[in-house]
Order: sequence, then structure tokens, then C-alpha cells
Amino acid sequence: MAIDPVVINLKVGIEIHQQLATNCKLFCSCRSKEIEKYGATFVRKLRPTQSELGSYDPAALFEFKKMRTIKYYASAASSCLVEADEEPPHDVDSGSLETALIISLALHSDIGDELHVMRKFVIDGSNTGGFQRTILVANGGYLDVNEKRVKVQSICLEEDAAKLISDDGTIREYGLDRLGVPLVEIALEPVTGTPEEIMRIALSLGRLLRASKRVARGLGSIRQDVNISIDNGAVVEVKGVQRLDQLVKVIQYEMLRQHGLITIAQKLRNRKVVEKEIGDRIEDVTDILTKSPSKVVINALQENNSIFKAIRIRGFGGMIGFEPYPDIRIGKQLSELVRFYGLGGVFHSDELPRYGISSEEVQAIKNKLCIDAEMDAFVIVGGQNLKVDFAIEAIIQRLKMALNGVPPETRAATFDGKTVFSRPRPGAARMYPETDVPTIPINSSRIASLSEIVPKSMDDILNSLAKKYSLNKKLAEQIFDSDYFGIFEEIAGSVKEVRPTFIASKLTEDLINLERRGLDPAVISDEILFDVFKRLDNGTIAKESVISIFEKLMNKEAETVEEAKMALGITAISDQELDTAIEKILKENTPIIIEKRLGAIGILMGKSMALLRGRADGHKINSKLQQKLEYMLMKVNSSDTSPPASA
Amino acid sequence: MSVRDKDNLTGYKEKSAELLRKQRVAVGDTITIKTSENEFTGILMTRYESADKNHIVIKLRSGYNVGIGTDKVRSITKLTDPTRDVPDAPATKNVAFVDSFKQGSKEFKISQSINQNFRSKEQPKIALLGTGGTIASKVDYRTGGVSAALSASEIYASVPELENYASIEPEVLLNEYSENLKPADWTIIAHKIKEKVASGKYQGIIVSHGTDTMHYTAAALSFALQNLPIPVVLVGAQRSSDRPSSDAALNLIGATIFAVRSELTGVFVSMHATTSDDVIACHLGTRVRKNHTSRRDAFESIDGVPIALIRGEILEMQLEQTGLKLKKRTNNTNGLLVGPEFDSRAVLLKYYPGFNPEFISHAVAAGYKAIILEGTGLGHVSKDCFPQIRNAVESGALVFMTSQCIWGRTRMTVYETGRDLLDIGVIPLSDMMAETATVKAMWALANSKDAKSTTKLMQENIANEMSMAIPI
Ligand SMILES: [Zn+2]
Repeated sequence: MAIDPVVINLKVGIEIHQQLATNCKLFCSCRSKEIEKYGATFVRKLRPTQSELGSYDPAALFEFKKMRTIKYYASAASSCLVEADEEPPHDVDSGSLETALIISLALHSDIGDELHVMRKFVIDGSNTGGFQRTILVANGGYLDVNEKRVKVQSICLEEDAAKLISDDGTIREYGLDRLGVPLVEIALEPVTGTPEEIMRIALSLGRLLRASKRVARGLGSIRQDVNISIDNGAVVEVKGVQRLDQLVKVIQYEMLRQHGLITIAQKLRNRKVVEKEIGDRIEDVTDILTKSPSKVVINALQENNSIFKAIRIRGFGGMIGFEPYPDIRIGKQLSELVRFYGLGGVFHSDELPRYGISSEEVQAIKNKLCIDAEMDAFVIVGGQNLKVDFAIEAIIQRLKMALNGVPPETRAATFDGKTVFSRPRPGAARMYPETDVPTIPINSSRIASLSEIVPKSMDDILNSLAKKYSLNKKLAEQIFDSDYFGIFEEIAGSVKEVRPTFIASKLTEDLINLERRGLDPAVISDEILFDVFKRLDNGTIAKESVISIFEKLMNKEAETVEEAKMALGITAISDQELDTAIEKILKENTPIIIEKRLGAIGILMGKSMALLRGRADGHKINSKLQQKLEYMLMKVNSSDTSPPASA
Repeated sequence: MSVRDKDNLTGYKEKSAELLRKQRVAVGDTITIKTSENEFTGILMTRYESADKNHIVIKLRSGYNVGIGTDKVRSITKLTDPTRDVPDAPATKNVAFVDSFKQGSKEFKISQSINQNFRSKEQPKIALLGTGGTIASKVDYRTGGVSAALSASEIYASVPELENYASIEPEVLLNEYSENLKPADWTIIAHKIKEKVASGKYQGIIVSHGTDTMHYTAAALSFALQNLPIPVVLVGAQRSSDRPSSDAALNLIGATIFAVRSELTGVFVSMHATTSDDVIACHLGTRVRKNHTSRRDAFESIDGVPIALIRGEILEMQLEQTGLKLKKRTNNTNGLLVGPEFDSRAVLLKYYPGFNPEFISHAVAAGYKAIILEGTGLGHVSKDCFPQIRNAVESGALVFMTSQCIWGRTRMTVYETGRDLLDIGVIPLSDMMAETATVKAMWALANSKDAKSTTKLMQENIANEMSMAIPI
């Protein structure tokens, strides 16, 4: 089943969308902050004007036809009238622009002399204005990855879209907190190679961005869109890949899917299927199915104005259910397709009778469609009248495209690394100038001054990181790539007793191990990490307890570090117990004390910590020890003088 | 496509214009510009008049515009067959919105997609007069320019639902940003409305208008056209109609529903009632004010609620809550009183701490016949202004008092300052808005023979510019 990516000429173009770490949004002063609780809400309806729909974009037409209501949720902490499309955009955030320029320089890209803010029409409601504001910052350039030069197409600075909260088919809900967050979009030229090689390109680009220290980190802060094609196919755009391991899987899945579709196309062509005979007969089969016990049918017929229609597909018999690779079949593509039109899925003749549809009903449908040959197939789709009509057009169109193999379309990456149809590929983006924001001239002196802060090469970065924190190269690389890099630097800079190597390994290997066991890393906040390492630093917990505490928290057995400690039975000893313990150590070590006097403190501290680590604060132990030692020495001194030494 | 001006280099100046002219290039041409580092192919775009002279702007194949520094340009070449060289050139196929969208064997039309039940019966006629607000507009993707769409087909293309309610007959009257409109333009609009009303053809008249001064025009028409037999509704857009989120279409639909169905007549302003695209408010022309620079619901009824709300297709009249009395729609067009002239010798002076009383004297010296003071609170200005006001009154100028509080009535008998001002001869204007009072003064000056009759007109409640009782 393995397909050689070289043989099929796999080509992948990566487009990275990276959120920037800024204090404000691209066109207003709101904070770039994800919000869970919203205050105000309002509803809008977008209506595309004139040619925004593109000349032949039935998908956009369908979206418009549904005229859905869009409900927006806003919070004063993260959005203002600008996000609500109730105030013109402010000037482009200078910090974000600077970051985009620095990234452009790092990628050897040719920065435009005068930048223009554009409106790119997006009518799904994810932008309150009905368009996304975007600026082409630079053209061309390159990135060297393992001695291979990958060309850059373009670098844009744009605003992120609103966050989809829900969509019930009539009302779509969005949160405004993410709308307007600055993003840098980097499009690379398509490259050939194995999925792993391509993943490494994305990894290198991601590292270069992180090296600027000006980009946001964490899940959702970086998103890859990938254009994937193979020989004899078409370019398929997959959106929303969030993780690199997912990227590899998505590419592998698309290779199989696209190759499978090409295989099917070959078979169809061998059968001499005639394009214009696809869908040459469409019949209303509601009558036939009204008495069907099929749950799918019953549900579909419950909607208002619902119908079932069957389409005759000449020459497709056996090919709609045919799977050249597991789970890759035309039938599945069709079901994904009709979901776009708000329908649950399709039935086709290769899988029937099944799903509660009897062989009599199948025969009745065949009779109505005048199907007698084995080579002919049918597809049934049911639901609301209007949706069904749109879906039928789309199904016929899609089946015609099956003769050519891979249809150009936009697909969405699933969490497990597959892809599903999301919409037909839109025509060329409709853009026109954002006249509310003045153009931005970029003079050469500004570029010259920024050239000095362009991030260094990855090797330089890792070397200096390794040196600064005494890490080995592998650990330096791991911590740099991890989501915890920022907090690592903060913790390492604030603790005294804990070595950075220890912190880095806990934050990488150990946390990843816990995550692999299915535990939720999201509960480990920066505050918790700080708390844990602070406690370790002053000795109230032992090194060995760090992972156990993480485990308790990730297991949801505790909410705070204190609770986790309790749950683990790590209890601090009382002052009285501490006094007794220290006095005991002093007593046991009297000879050394007499010999070294105050100089014995180091040895005594070591012995005390060995006994009390994880149970008492080191600073406290130290001060008590100091105090008791001085007192003891004083007593020893006085006893020395009063009774004369009797030999 | 229209024949282009041979030297169409809108906005390009000096060096950039020279460079382009040398190559006989015009805006809209597909060109390749080589610079020291790169090569760009795209469509030459217009340049805004205010932009600098050092850049040439082209629209790249990707749709993005980029400015190229003239000092970097090595060569400019015009492509002879742009369709071949730039396959995706936007708008080379400038398909109009109303064109059918072919898909498979069927044809879809946007207008069909919205409803299927229009054109079945004779619809009431509405005259739509354009004065410059882009209530409907089209974008030229080739040059990025936005222009007003005011032919009937263009309006239906933008707002197909209108066909459900009325047959719209558009006419372009003026084409100005509303801040550029003058009292003389109110006269032009009033004459045109009179003509439309007299024809007896229309169920209502809609005037599309830039929002900045829409409430001034609404007030002006309220005085210029009395006893209107059919409603006149002004409508605008706070978000230009070239964006999918524009409020224009819904405002226009609201205005149309009101113009067709309202039993009441007069001059109204129809705009969003809230930030949401759900309710349109219809305000009385003399009692409406733009109270926000940018929000959709910037227009508010002062000292009362809107006359009507339009929620979806439903017209909710609220006349009772307003406490106002409005005339009923009639078929008789003979009762229309037309006084379309305005005399701009009226001035609006806003009082503030530190206000120089000499402004009043300057106004009189400059020949102003009516001074509208926008006083504080119940209608006050500092006693430092008394001598100048006294001189103004004595020299024959009329001095009126309104309040800068916007909401509420003036009452000049409550405090000593008010009483003193009354003694000097200042005339209070009840709860008339300062803007409405200024417009009314211009109208009253033009429609009266002496100061006495001007004053009488000012104090007479002609178009509900004053309310007897302000609702709680
Ligand atoms: Zn904001």
C-alpha cells in the first residue's frame, strides 16, 4: 500500500500562518487575548456585493442563498468597535509590521517599497466586515533546509479571523476575541520530497519564526495550509493543520486519496464512461422511500419541504463503492460533499440494500430511473428541497470530475491527520484596497536598521542556548521547539538551586511522556510551573516529586500544587519538628562543629537537606541552622572558659 | 468597456507620471516593471491624489497591490495581450452581478435565490433620488475604484429583496459628499420632490444621502415641503455599500417598507436602530440627529422614540409613544405647500467657558440676520455676553436660544441668567434641536418679509420640530 512519493511526483506547497506576540491587534489597540466569557452580542447578515461572489462560484452562491444569521460575541477586554465593524481601522500596528519586516529579511525576501492594505473578501462571517485585511509585505526569498533551498513565494501580514463557536445550519456564532490578531502568512513554493522531508521544512520555518522571539507559541498560534498534488492530479488545498505530526499524516492521507482517485478515474475511462451521461436522469423518489424504516430516511423526511431524489449515473456500477485503498472511495467523497450543503450524506447503489433500505425499494428506484444494466449506478440524496437541488448539481459535477481523477478543492485537516471536503476551490481571491488605511512607505534606512536584529541561524541559536544554560545540544533543541520555551527561560532565570538541564528535561521529555499516556497538558499553566520550580528551589519539595505533582494535576486529582502535594503525602514538618531535627543533627556532629566551628555550616546544611529535602524550606533550614550553630558555639565557648580544662 | 483616456494616469505626478507616460501606459494596462532586484507584472492602478509621487502601484496577479519605488524602476513594458500574460487578471472578465451563474445545466440568479414570489403583481412605485450617498455601489476590480450604482437594475442587483415591496424608479439628482451640500442643494432636492409628488405616480419618495448632514437636509425638507401627501424618507449608510457588511441594503429595505406602507406622511430618516442587522428605525426629519461618528445606529430620535420600527417585514408604528401628531397619507396632491428657498444668513454659535462674546458682534457685522445660540443647560450663556447680545438685538438681528444638552427643553425663567437673557430679547426655542433651529432660521428668513414674521415662524411648531410633551 505504500506509495513512493517520488514516483507519483508528490508536490507540496506550505503556507504558514503564525500569530504574532503583540500587545495589540493589527488595526486597533485591543489585546490579543483569548476569552472564554463574553459580554455583548449582536447579529449581522453579510451580503456579497457585485462580483465578490466570483463569476462562477456556486459554493459562494449557496452560502449567500442560505442567508444565514451570524451572531457575534464580544468582550470589552478583547474587542472594540473596530472588531464590530462599527469603527474604521486604526493605523497598522507598528510592532507587528516590524516583525513582518524582520521575518522577511530573515527569509531574504524582497520587501515592497510601499505597502498597501487590501480587503480579501470572506463572506462566511468569520470577519465582521465581510473581508480580511491583508498586506503583501515581501516577495520571493528562500529558506535553507538540510542543504536544500526552498523558495519563498510571498510574505503577508494579515488579521486573524473570528473564532467559530457554533453553527447549527441557520445561525453561526463567532467570538470576536481572535478577530484582528496579527498573523504573518508565509507561502513557500511547492517542493517535492517525502512527507517527512516536507515536515522538516515546516519545522525549520517554524523555528526561524520562533527565533525572532516575536511570535506567539502554543497550540493554535501556528497553522499550516498545504497545497498537495501528485502527477495527473490537481492541486488540493488542505487547511488548518496545527501540528507537525499531523502534517505528515495529512500528506500521507492525501497521497493515498489522490492516487486512489486517479486509479478510479483510469478504470472509469477504461469503461468508456461518457461525461454527459452522468446524471442524465434525476427522479423524485420520495414516494418510494416514505414507508422505509431507515432511520436516515425518516430523519431527513422530518424537515420541512423535504424530498428524496435519485440520480442515474451511467457506467459507475461498482465504482462508487470501490476502494483502491482502505476507506478511499467515491461514495465517501460524495457524502463529504453534500454535508457542505447541509445534508447528512448520500446512499448509492453499490452499498444498497442496506441501512434499512430494502431490495424492493432499490428495485423500484432502479425502475424509476430506467436502470437495467449492471454497469449503471444511482445516488440518492434527501433533505430540504432547496438543499437537495443544490447538492444534486454538486454531485453530478463531482462525478464528472471523477473521470479526471482529483478535483481541485479545499479540504480541512482532521485532528487524526485525514482530510475532509470543505468547499469547492474558490476562484481567484477578490481583493481591493482598504481605503480606510493609508499606504505605508518602507524606506531603506528602516530596513537597514532592522537588518541588525534579524534572527541568527538555527545552529547559532541552539549553540548559544546550550552555552547559556549548560544544556546539551539535543535538550537545547527540544526545549526550543517546545511550547514551554518562554516559561523555561523565565524559570531558569529566577531559580538559584535548580539546574536548567533539570528544568528543561522536566518540561520536555517528562511532560511529553505524561501527555503520551493521555494526560491533559493544558492544566499545566505557567503559574503552576513557576510554583513547582520555586518550591523545588527552596527545598519544600524534592526533585523526585516534580513529576508526581504534574501527574496528579494532569490526572485532575488536584487543582493546585498544594493540593497535589497533600495528595502525594508530601507534608511540611512543623517548626517544632524542624527544631528537633536540626538539634539532633548538631548533636550528632559535635566533633566537626568543635573542629570547624562556623565553618561547619556547609557540611551541616548538606546533612540537614539530605534528611529534610522536600519537607522544609531550604532557606528556613539554613537560617535555623545558622542560629542554632551560633548559639551552640557560644555555649561551647562559655563552657570552655568556666570550668578549667581538666586534662 | 469604455474607451480610456490616452493619458489616464490619475494621481500620478512628476517622476512617476513621466516614467509611465514615456511608455504610453495608462491606468488599467497590464505592465511589467523590472527593478534592480525583482520583476513585477500586474495592472497599473490609480493613485490617490494625496499619495506621494515616488511610487507606482500595480495590482499583482495574486490580487495584492504593491507600490514600487520610482527610483528602483529599471524598465516598464506594456503587455499587448494581457489576457494571455496574466491569466488570473481580476476583472478582465468583469461579470456583472446580475449575470447568471452557470452551474451544470442550470442557471442561477441571485435575485431568484432570495425569493420566488415577486413580479406577480403590480408593485407600488417609489421614486429614489440619489444625492451622493452610495446606497448602492459597484467595485471595479480592475482599478479598485468604487462608484455609485444608481440604475434600477443596479439597485435591484444590490438589493434584490426590494422587488418584493416596490417598483423603484431611481434618478441621480446630485453627486456630492453630504458635507459639501449647501442650502441651495436643499432647494434643488425640494423642487425635485415637488415634481415627483405632483406627478401622482408614487407611493413614496426615498432620498439616498450621505449620512454626515442627512439630518440637516431632513430638517430642511420638513420645512420646505409641508402637507406632503406621501412620505419622503431619507436613507444612508454608515458602512459603505462596497462591503458585504454594509448597512445600506437593510436601511434601504426599511425605508422602502415605510415609504410604501406608512399611513403617515412627512419627512423621515430611516437607519439602523441598533448595531445588529435586525431593526430599522424611522425617525422624524426634524427630531433626528447623528450621534456617533461611525456606528450603524448613529441616528437617534431626540426627545422621543422613532416614529416606526421595521423588524424584518413588519412595520411597527410608534406614533403614540412619541406624543406627536403627524398628517395622514392622502391622494390629494394639491395641499402641498412648497417653500424651497433658504437664506444662509443664520449662524449657529456654541457657547463654552471662555467663549469670546465678540463672535456675536462679528456675526452681526458680517450681515447675519439670525443667531442661534447653543447655550448651556436650560439655555444660558455667560453674563459677559450680555452687552454683545443686547447690541445684536438692538441692531435688528434675531437671537435664538437652544441647548447644547441635545436632549431636553430650554427654560429660561428658572435662573436669573435666563431671565436676564429673555429681558435682553433672546428668544427661546423650546426643545428644538440646535441644528434644526439653524436650518429653520435659514428657511424662515427666506420665507418671511420682516423680522417679526421670521420670529413668528420660528416660534410656530411647523413640522414637529418642537414637542408639546417629551415622553418619559
Ligand atoms: Zn479592538
